[in-house]
Amino acid sequence: MEQIANIATALDVERIRKDFPILHTQVHGKPLVYLDNGATTQKPQVVIDAEANYYETYNSNVHRGVHHLSQVATNAYEQARHIVAGFINAAHSHEIIFTKGTTDGINLVANAMSRRFLKPGDSVIISAMEHHSNIVPWQIACEDTGATLKVIPINELGELQMDAFEALLDDSVKIVAVTYVSNTMGTINPVEDIIKLAHARNIPVLLDAAQAIQHISIDVQALKPDFLAFSGHKIYGPTGTGVLYGTTEWLNKLPPYQGGGDMIKTVTFAKTTYNELPYKFEAGTPNIAGAIALGTAIEYLQQVGLDKIQQWEEELLAYALQELRTIEGIRFIGDAAHRSGAISFLVHNIHPFDMGELLDQQGIAVRTGHHCTEPLMDQFQIPGTVRASLSFYNTKEEVDKLVAGIKRATSMLL
Amino acid sequence: MTIKEIQEEIISDFSMMGNWEDKYEYIIHLGKELPLIDEAHKTPDNLIKGCQSRVWLHTELNDGKLYFTADSDAVITKGLVSLMIYVLSGHTPKDIAAADIFFIEAIGLSSHLSPTRSNGLLSMLKQMKLYAIAYQAKINQQ
Repeated sequence: MEQIANIATALDVERIRKDFPILHTQVHGKPLVYLDNGATTQKPQVVIDAEANYYETYNSNVHRGVHHLSQVATNAYEQARHIVAGFINAAHSHEIIFTKGTTDGINLVANAMSRRFLKPGDSVIISAMEHHSNIVPWQIACEDTGATLKVIPINELGELQMDAFEALLDDSVKIVAVTYVSNTMGTINPVEDIIKLAHARNIPVLLDAAQAIQHISIDVQALKPDFLAFSGHKIYGPTGTGVLYGTTEWLNKLPPYQGGGDMIKTVTFAKTTYNELPYKFEAGTPNIAGAIALGTAIEYLQQVGLDKIQQWEEELLAYALQELRTIEGIRFIGDAAHRSGAISFLVHNIHPFDMGELLDQQGIAVRTGHHCTEPLMDQFQIPGTVRASLSFYNTKEEVDKLVAGIKRATSMLL
Repeated sequence: MTIKEIQEEIISDFSMMGNWEDKYEYIIHLGKELPLIDEAHKTPDNLIKGCQSRVWLHTELNDGKLYFTADSDAVITKGLVSLMIYVLSGHTPKDIAAADIFFIEAIGLSSHLSPTRSNGLLSMLKQMKLYAIAYQAKINQQ
């Protein structure tokens, strides 16, 4: 028991907050309460320093020069790839493709799949809770190839209807692309079951892990997704960075996405041969500084300990749900049994935009609107929600400020 | 009063409000008081869709002057819509088309006019001016 107590108190949030300079900002004369982590997370000083250090001391293009700085930059860039591979326990570093973000990674797979594996009569399965970035690329792929887009429905709690998913799985399905955690409702989907069911029919699975990677420890060799995409900026790294993980088998099967430098072996006007993994999918000069700083962000998380982070975030989420439930007239959009990160709600008939603006006046940053999940909003027949999304640097005092802020705004608006 | 004078009056009223609560309570009050647009005019043609909140705007020309009625699904937006109507409604198309709208910024709500906010207010102002220009062109033809 003593050991458990030690772990429970191991995350020193006040000390951690010192690592994030922006958390000490004032907004409208009040201390910032940043609860928009689902949109983007703040950056620890080490990440900011890593990015600056690259430009200050070894800025140079990668994989090209024989000169010293290019070697240093290449080593740091490839080291970052190695760190990411270790973080998600990929079998090989070449299974890590650096991208611009989750959207870029999903577009890569959807585009390459559409050019080689989709034809009329085929289908693609997504879910009703997907972010637009895991809907539109597949709609484009289906339009281009004559394939059909099928959607796993959700129940009123915002959970996937797994029996309906099983019914959709037939031989026409060429890929299942679902989110691990809902960006709007925080639902954690049973991705292990989804992968097992799809693999039983030899169907590959892409996981949108944009809202999972920063909250849940992921082992791709145990979970066995064929593709997994996430964004660097949602895991305390720089904007414009991201990762697409793919199994060697699938990445070799897919044709290249974009053409250009670095992704080729030889180019003649008659025929170009492509570079090997991962470079086949990294055309042009990448975001070198960003990738290196993403590596630093992941190392930072590893030092803090993802298990401790997860434990604190679960405690904070349970506390937030408990306290928010005391607000008269609150209605949660999505109330899944397994959840992480985001809480969407409405209070009485108050427009989310009005609530967001009055919270902002109190220094509290939340997201309002449809959260790039318009089909989901249509299902619940609402224009949008107010979304508070938590990170491990948030405190119970900040949750209290949110609750007090909502009550104050409600009394002004009703 | 001219469009400029009405704006100066609003700015003067707001300058007496000490804190953000007073300011917003006043705007929310205006939003709740705004005479609703005739339901018949709440048509898709009159809808100005923003990313966050929606605004409906109806325009009528009467005795050479333009009159606006409007509605929004968000009450703060509606309050600002109400102020915008108070400033611009009942003036000639020529004056409206030429009007410099400065009160929103002066009362510290310029974020409502930033394109990133996409709440319909900026689009509404543009639409009001477009109507004014169109009616002005029509009057000139007569």
